[in-house]
Amino acid sequence: MKRFLSQLSFWKVVAGIILLAGAYSTVVRFFGGLGAATHLNDQFPWGLWIGFDVLCGVGLAAGGFTLAAIVYIFNIKRFEPIIRPTILTAFMGYVLVVVALMFDLGRPWLIWHAIIMWNPHSVMFEVAWCVMLYTSVLALEFSPVVLEKFHMDKTKRFVKKITIPLIIVGVLLSTLHQSSLGSLYLIVPEKLFALWYSPYLPVFFYVSAIAVGCAMIIFESFMSSRAFHRGLELNLLTEVARIAVMVLGVFMVMTVVDLADRKVLPLLFQARTETYFFWLEKMVGVIIPFFLLAQKKVRENETGLFWSAAMIIIGFVLNRLNISITGMEGWAGKSYFPSWMEISVTLSIVAVGFIVFGLAAKYLPLFKHEQHERPRKPEDEWIEDLRSVSQPNL
Amino acid sequence: MTKSKAMLIDLSLCIGCNSCQDACKTTNKLTAGEEKTLSSTAYTALEEHDGVFVRRMCQHCVDPTCASVCPVGAFEKTPEGPVLYDESKCIGCRYCMQACPFQVPRYEWSSTYPRVQKCIFCHGRITQGLQPACAEACPTGATKFGDRDDLIREALERMKAEPTKYVNRIYGQNDVGGTSILYITSVPFEKLGFKTELQQAALPQLTWNALSKVPSVVTVGGSLLYGIWWITNRRSEVQKHEQEQREGHKGSNGNHV
Repeated sequence: MKRFLSQLSFWKVVAGIILLAGAYSTVVRFFGGLGAATHLNDQFPWGLWIGFDVLCGVGLAAGGFTLAAIVYIFNIKRFEPIIRPTILTAFMGYVLVVVALMFDLGRPWLIWHAIIMWNPHSVMFEVAWCVMLYTSVLALEFSPVVLEKFHMDKTKRFVKKITIPLIIVGVLLSTLHQSSLGSLYLIVPEKLFALWYSPYLPVFFYVSAIAVGCAMIIFESFMSSRAFHRGLELNLLTEVARIAVMVLGVFMVMTVVDLADRKVLPLLFQARTETYFFWLEKMVGVIIPFFLLAQKKVRENETGLFWSAAMIIIGFVLNRLNISITGMEGWAGKSYFPSWMEISVTLSIVAVGFIVFGLAAKYLPLFKHEQHERPRKPEDEWIEDLRSVSQPNL
Repeated sequence: MTKSKAMLIDLSLCIGCNSCQDACKTTNKLTAGEEKTLSSTAYTALEEHDGVFVRRMCQHCVDPTCASVCPVGAFEKTPEGPVLYDESKCIGCRYCMQACPFQVPRYEWSSTYPRVQKCIFCHGRITQGLQPACAEACPTGATKFGDRDDLIREALERMKAEPTKYVNRIYGQNDVGGTSILYITSVPFEKLGFKTELQQAALPQLTWNALSKVPSVVTVGGSLLYGIWWITNRRSEVQKHEQEQREGHKGSNGNHV
């Protein structure tokens, strides 16, 4: 208990420092311009906020459409217990992407221009519309939880009625959005290093988003089961892991075929930074988790599942950062590393995400079908501490 | 119809006097002072590579990448040749900078109301029948203004007249679909910092390949999802119905006994 208290304040202090630094950086960003707060420059116009906050934020929200399709389209209802927290995570992911865009855009207050000044030849135009529409769809998909809390039954019944069209539109928008983030890079065939640049970038982005969507479902279930003392739907997660293995397998074959097709396989065996990072990303995010999760005993084991999912997520983040930063550095002739202010803004956005999720879990009927409490484990302690950060009034 | 204008830059004639940049800065009211690289206050700059001066500026592509990638259509290729930027539309996503194959657009990083900055090919002047300020100021004829077709012909003539002097290539004739700024040189382009491996076709097609599939993804994908939902939903309804019937049957049996 003593340890609990001391750590509780420790995590609060950490969160406080992050948010304070983030607030300072925000002031610098908006009163001094992008140049004052970031390490961006004319050779490197997109950095951490695009590479991590936007590319990864959207990707990590992929659990939302993956699970929505599983539950509502494929009608596999046994996954229903985890749908609400997953949709919430996706929604928050998108809200955070929008917040990050407000920092990254040079003139964020003109963002509405994308609504009236059309350029259908621009991938960014597609991205902008997908962000707007899918954020709205996610808000609607999540709205029953809020409506239930405030007993607005009529409105809730209406939303329930349009669930299926809503889910279909959501899956379509996600498909377009996930792939279009890859399409963004189709325009830089010379700039992006050949291991990553492929005419099939949109397909790779889409397939990897499904894989990370599965991993996120597993990861989130673990986190919330520990943080909120809920039972873990292990058998469900084992099933999700099976889907992940299939997707990772497809992804691996696609990668090799694509590299061979573009005749760049020799690049895999060169001693250069890009190659190392490519291998790192593929080993951590695809190859190792594939062989781990391909085994039944790993899929049915809590620790195995958790760490495999974590690896897929880390590999995914590496992939997006490699495409947006590592793979572009060679051509730009300039290296880029984010400033502490860029990092503090990103961390603050993530911290706010944790806090909001914690509040939602506390006050909204997020976990509908409560299961029996599982026995406490030693690692629960630190997660509990983490949770205390997100519930300041505890 | 107006003929598309262009400029031919003969690097072998450039003496590095910087008159082009001075004239440009005066005409476009940019902060004065010599600059060695492109910046938000220098639309053009002379970069020195092994004693050769390379005049850098926006290439004014025939099919500009920046115009294709801008989500709000802030860039426009005018019939006269210049690629123009409308700052009132710009939201500051900087995709133009990310996408430009020549790494030309510059940003006002320290401004709180930042603009993208690049050469405007003195659009106002050339529509009045004048030359761009830089071409007018060039004392050696290293920068020459004219119709694109004529300038390509002239470049080929110069190369033919002195084949041992010139590299047998007009940079910008076909690179990324052709540009309005053309270069010839006596020193190989790759030694002067030029990106010589750029593809010959214009870049916007690359993203259009993906974007043009959006309608079919929506229609085919939508029908497919609806179809799958209809089947799975029907199946579960039938199951439910059968179960109810079975239970109903059992119930009535019980009543009999």
